[in-house]
Amino acid sequence: MTEKPYHDIPGTVLFDAEQSRKGFHLNQFCMSLMKADNRAAFKADERAYLDGWPMTEAQKQAVLARDWNGMIALGGNIYFTSKIAATDGLSFRQIAATMSGVSEPEYAEMMLTGGRSIEGNRSKKDKL
Amino acid sequence: MARITAGVATSHVPAIGAALDNGKAGEPYWQPVFAGYEASKRWVAEQKPDVVILVYNDHASAFSLELIPTFAIGCADAFAPADEGWGPRPVPTVQGHPELAWHLAEKLILDEFDMTIVNKMDVDHGLTVPLSLMFGQPDAWPCKVIPLAVNVVQYPPPTGNRCFKLGQAIRRAVETFPEDLNVQVWGTGGMSHQLQGPRAGLINREFDNAFLDRLIDDPEAQAAVAHLDYVREAGSEGIELVMWLIMRGALDPTVSVVQRFYHVPASNTAVGHLILENC
Repeated sequence: MTEKPYHDIPGTVLFDAEQSRKGFHLNQFCMSLMKADNRAAFKADERAYLDGWPMTEAQKQAVLARDWNGMIALGGNIYFTSKIAATDGLSFRQIAATMSGVSEPEYAEMMLTGGRSIEGNRSKKDKL
Repeated sequence: MARITAGVATSHVPAIGAALDNGKAGEPYWQPVFAGYEASKRWVAEQKPDVVILVYNDHASAFSLELIPTFAIGCADAFAPADEGWGPRPVPTVQGHPELAWHLAEKLILDEFDMTIVNKMDVDHGLTVPLSLMFGQPDAWPCKVIPLAVNVVQYPPPTGNRCFKLGQAIRRAVETFPEDLNVQVWGTGGMSHQLQGPRAGLINREFDNAFLDRLIDDPEAQAAVAHLDYVREAGSEGIELVMWLIMRGALDPTVSVVQRFYHVPASNTAVGHLILENC
């Protein structure tokens, strides 16, 4: 992995060329869930549906486990992976809460009180 | 001659569309959001734009990873609301303005902006939520709309400076269109928000308000701000704000502020809204 200036931003994966190449098939699988028939086929047998896509085993496992951060790390883009959430009937806020490691009520409360502060979240150096 | 009279900027949070579509706009959570657009709805009803050039981004609805145009202009007669996984929003079909859109495509390309021409495209919440915020829930949208889709999903998006210059080129192109049209340019997306990873939910009021100040009074300085600053300060999805610079570039260097509104939160996002008029 080539080091980029934005790798210093904590808790954030930019969907750059490297991630896009890694995640192409994962994201195209997600895109297929835009169609109701495909959503039904996925729900009926997730593993069989995933095996129809040339994704890595790690990507398939991340999807099956609904490991949202894992999917992002393996090249998923949030606008694509959120289509899995839509298929599951989950809201954006619910998966955002999961990705940031809190319950949905805790996340909703954080947003109501002004959101996650930028202080301490600009740089990984802030976290040391 | 066609002329650009005003610019509008607004966030395009999908949950705002869902709140309207599901009759929740009056709930305490949403009421302050929609209150920020009441005066704007009256203003736009008086202004009666003939055409809105609506700058927005597609969210993996019309464009997958197969094709990622940096700047795409919709030249079709009409654009249907996209099914984003929950069924299409119950909003009117968007009527295009193919004559002006093709004129813009031709002029912009010859002006060295290499636009992608789109003749068939569904439009997602990025385009329809701003229409809902400004026009409410009519049976038909009251003006023609030219969708101008900007890639902000695949990093890197175009620079702020390139967006600002595209806005200036749009103005030059509009002003050579022979028909007498009242044209507005809308820039959408933002403000600070991050939808992914452990930093999801990031909001930066200070950055957002400084952005609004500079967009109004010193847009060239704002246009020089690097992507890294947006991503670090306003979140991985906050970089959508570069699209507002297209709107600003299409206006006079000095503008008057008709409306300015800022609210946190709408779902995961800070909502910002501006109406700027040429003096």
